[in-house]
Amino acid sequence: MAEPLLELRSLRKAYGALAVTDDVSLSIRPGELHAIIGPNGAGKTTLIHQISGMLPSDSGQILFDGENVTHLSMPQRVRRGLARSFQITSILPGFSALENVALAVQARHGSSFRFFGNAAQEQALNEPAMQHLNTVGLGGRASIPAGLLSHGEKRQLELAIALATEPKLLLLDEPLAGTGHEESLRVVETLRRLKGRITIVLIEHDMDAVFSLADRVSVVVYGRVIATDTPESVRANEDVRTAYLGEEETV
Amino acid sequence: MTELTGTQTAPAPSSGMRIDIIPIILFAAFAAAPLLASASGAEGYVLSLLTRVMIFGLAAMSLDLILGYGALVSFGHAAFLGIGAYAVGILASHGVEDALIQIPVALAASALFALATGAISLRTKGVYFIMITLAFAQMLFFLATSLGPYGGDDGMTLPTRSLVAGAGFLENDYAFYAATLLCLIGAYLLSRAIVTSRFGRVLRGTKENAVRMEAIGFQPFRFQLAAYVVSGMIAGLAGCLMANQAEFISPAFMTWQRSGELIFMVVLGGLGSLHGAIIGAAAFLLLEEFLPEMLHAASFFLNDDVRWRLTENWQMAFGPILILIVLFARGGIMGVLRRGSHG
Repeated sequence: MAEPLLELRSLRKAYGALAVTDDVSLSIRPGELHAIIGPNGAGKTTLIHQISGMLPSDSGQILFDGENVTHLSMPQRVRRGLARSFQITSILPGFSALENVALAVQARHGSSFRFFGNAAQEQALNEPAMQHLNTVGLGGRASIPAGLLSHGEKRQLELAIALATEPKLLLLDEPLAGTGHEESLRVVETLRRLKGRITIVLIEHDMDAVFSLADRVSVVVYGRVIATDTPESVRANEDVRTAYLGEEETV
Repeated sequence: MTELTGTQTAPAPSSGMRIDIIPIILFAAFAAAPLLASASGAEGYVLSLLTRVMIFGLAAMSLDLILGYGALVSFGHAAFLGIGAYAVGILASHGVEDALIQIPVALAASALFALATGAISLRTKGVYFIMITLAFAQMLFFLATSLGPYGGDDGMTLPTRSLVAGAGFLENDYAFYAATLLCLIGAYLLSRAIVTSRFGRVLRGTKENAVRMEAIGFQPFRFQLAAYVVSGMIAGLAGCLMANQAEFISPAFMTWQRSGELIFMVVLGGLGSLHGAIIGAAAFLLLEEFLPEMLHAASFFLNDDVRWRLTENWQMAFGPILILIVLFARGGIMGVLRRGSHG
């Protein structure tokens, strides 16, 4: 068995007496698409915040690529190859779609303390950015201000931005949330193409997408991981069924 | 909806390709003005007023660099005017009268002050940032009032304008006007280059969405601090010019009211276009200069006593006019010009 790319050891985050994530331990293998599911309020997004470095953890450890990153800032983790998307779309609305991605390319490559030269004209930034836009199917919308893209397109753009940071691991927080049927099919298709090339941790409520994409699924309920297994076994798991009863009939 | 309003302040993506006509007209007007001044018969007055406009334009533009492109509301920007002015004044009173020494010293002092205060204040956000920059500027203000050997509260008259490599040509108002215009154009071109550069793009991105920038691996603090230092240095240069124009320095250069005026000039001209700040400074100062006469002329139908009172208390009209412009001309004067050019 290969070394895990990401290892969580007893992560915990509490607000007062309320433990939002509690003793979460997970191993993400290189190359897998690992879905995290659970009812609303289970602590999934908090967990992503902790892994990405947006929220500090109260206790526990995060090991990424053999390195302890528990106390690194979000930018430091990103530069080590740990990228994320947001549940609530987070883009630069006044920048064109291409510029949104080109900035991420810029973050990855070369100095940003360059005070001269028009960055918007730099082919070394724009060409890779364009490739990433094509990967997510937004190539034709490159020059549109990101704020004017449709909701689904913004989700795709976020994916392109994350890809442009050349991550080893991609944390996706509900990439399908709020997208229409067509758009969600397109995002699922993109994820399927990325699968295997990049390790992906996916939080998603769309169970069809989860069970068709995931190599393994972890179920989080009340801040705790109650099961981690193949999609088939998770589907059959009695605890999971109990946890979900009345919440989602789809499992 | 919030996203739509967000896009209004940002330039259209094609604007980088288009050659912007407004700054060219603006600088051409400044360059042509001395010719008109000599024809007007009141050249001393016109030159001195326009030099003052350009100096404040320079200071307002430096503020726009961090306020319009970085959303950093510095309420202490006049401190840098003071640093520049006192660098000139203190050095001159010790016999160092050459601008080739004074200006580098002023820039270095401004950079140091910006680095030290920025490193602290940029760790705060919003209102706290405003308050902390104000506090630092007030510290400097009171320091200046306590500088007994350099005039203290009353300020200090300079023996002469700065020399340039030993030559005293800045004593000539035309030469000083030209030097100020060169500083303004130079600083404008530098700022223009900065905001379109890789660095400037990170700064603009941080203004739009700091969390997003962190999520792609940038540490906004470093970029904001660097911008703050550059901005402070340009304002410091404006301070050098200000001391030279007045041939006088005083703590009044760095009052908090002055910082407020600079913010107003930037907002009046339109945030985030650089030349908008210069136009804003011009509008502010010219309005301040001519409003009493305009009020006097406009109130011809009133009796003399009321007319006189109105003219005497012109600030009563100044405030509401500024407020109306900001309220109804969204995006400031530049916003109006832009809408005009788009039909």
